[in-house]
Amino acid sequence: MLYQMSGSIAVAKAIALCRPDVVPCYPITPQTHIVEHLSVLVKSGQLENCTYENVESEFASMSFCIGSSAAGARTYTATASQGLLYMMEAVYNASGLGLPIVMTLGNRAIGAPINIWNDHSDAMSVRDAGWIQLFVESNQQAVDVHIQAFKLAEALSIPVMVNMDGFILTHAITRVDLPEQEQVDQFLPPFVPRQKLDTEAPLSIGAMVGPDAFTEVRYLAHHRQKEALAIIEQQAKEFAKIFGRDSGGLVKSYFSEDADIVLVAMGSVIGTMQDLVNDLRNEGYSVGILSLRSFRPFPANAICNALKNAKQVIVFEKSFAVGMGGILASEIHMATQRFVGDKLIIKSVIGGLGGRTITKKSLRKLIDSANKNELDDEVFMDLDGTTVVRELKRQQEEQSSGPVAENILRDIGVVSASKTH
Amino acid sequence: MFQIRIHGRGGQGVVSASELLSVAAFSEGKFSQSFPSFGSERMGAPVQAFARISDSNITIREPVMEPDMLIIQDPTLFQAINVFDGAKFDGYLLINSSKTPEELGIDDVTSQYPNNHVMTLPATELALKYIKQPKPNTVLLGAFAALSNTIKIPALEDAIRGKFPKKIAEPNIAATTAGYNFIIKQLENT
Repeated sequence: MLYQMSGSIAVAKAIALCRPDVVPCYPITPQTHIVEHLSVLVKSGQLENCTYENVESEFASMSFCIGSSAAGARTYTATASQGLLYMMEAVYNASGLGLPIVMTLGNRAIGAPINIWNDHSDAMSVRDAGWIQLFVESNQQAVDVHIQAFKLAEALSIPVMVNMDGFILTHAITRVDLPEQEQVDQFLPPFVPRQKLDTEAPLSIGAMVGPDAFTEVRYLAHHRQKEALAIIEQQAKEFAKIFGRDSGGLVKSYFSEDADIVLVAMGSVIGTMQDLVNDLRNEGYSVGILSLRSFRPFPANAICNALKNAKQVIVFEKSFAVGMGGILASEIHMATQRFVGDKLIIKSVIGGLGGRTITKKSLRKLIDSANKNELDDEVFMDLDGTTVVRELKRQQEEQSSGPVAENILRDIGVVSASKTH
Repeated sequence: MFQIRIHGRGGQGVVSASELLSVAAFSEGKFSQSFPSFGSERMGAPVQAFARISDSNITIREPVMEPDMLIIQDPTLFQAINVFDGAKFDGYLLINSSKTPEELGIDDVTSQYPNNHVMTLPATELALKYIKQPKPNTVLLGAFAALSNTIKIPALEDAIRGKFPKKIAEPNIAATTAGYNFIIKQLENT
């Protein structure tokens, strides 16, 4: 049925349709409304047979998830940013132990400097943690992909993280088609755990593994992620059959098959890019988009296949590895080198950091430069060069130039001067 | 696509107003989206919220840069920020004030709009009368319906009833109607 609601409420309702047994939570912006609404659903009896526990920290939250999932309970939680960092040790344990937990990450920047707004730094901080990492473009996909996430996690016995842009999606009120319970029940069978702590049939989970078997256990984790490539595609098809919608899958092309210039990105920015590409194609530009819906496993073959006719690829990402550059750009570069060769020009664009608005106008400038073969290899979109140069000059002139963030805030007039120069 | 930007201060119901607009548009069968400007929300701080209404699916996520309708819930903002940034002068402007644009010192901007596209109304006073609180948002939504004809009053009433319990909803509906009638009267007089 169609509703007009916020992304967070829609996700909470979708989770409830998946009949979780245990939901341990610790609220953090911008995912708070998700767990808040789940508590309402449990308390009001709309979500039955579910243990909801507001625990004391994110570390406790993921540890609780590990315990309940190991005991055979379908388990869900949500977090963001510093909350994810605080649970980090348990995040690795959840995947290392092969526990099919589903977690929403309401994507947000990581401090310092402290920032509550959206980017993908948190998701990238766990890119090697062994979780499946899916990205959604819209609130409809957020609903649909969470439903698929439980099925995927339980099929492979690995945790799945659904990445949903904080604020841009969580706080946006849009049209959402919420599935019926019968449809979800048809798609998502009851949880049959691969391993289960059971007092009737005791076993241990979490053995210490030495050099004699560690490589094999880790290899199998990698193997399971590779198996996920086929299962993600197959489940997206199955989902489309039951729910009548395209959601999920590994990648999604938008006019990219025949385009000279292809934008590659993940998450809600795809929506703005689609709007731009509609305009540009009307003006005769040969431009398209490739949306990466699965980041882990990394769908190298699907990406290469989608980019095989492209001349220039602009990888747009909302985070970067300091001292290295674009993470996604580098992975795409590696994947395409192997299959397409180095004739493909790949440009790396970093934008939308810490919630900076990604405008159609700025994206259009990128395409215009690329069209004239003038786009730099690495671009920080809408970077205020004057501010950067001013701070660099200050540092050059004075050893004790002070904290960078405070200096810049003073320069741009956000805070009044606390110190005079 | 019709794009709306609402400026106000924390506590004036700016975000709720954009939400109500999008829900009302949805109930009329249209596609709509609304979202706030995502600042650290606190009482009194300048706040913006956005809404888009369209006959087809809306994919764009950027804030409303070129509003067809600009709603100013707090006239003290004219001194604080450039609320007119990107305003489309063939669009509409709705200001919560009992003063005229000349008295507010913004007639250099408002004169660029066509006749009857700029309206001021004492929304806070009307809100105090009907909901006993200085929250001008629902009065301005009624005024919006009268001025733009993009949304009908029954849809706004349904949206308000859907969001608030009856005790809060009914006075707000009365406030919406008052805002609507005020603008209709203004339009008839000109």
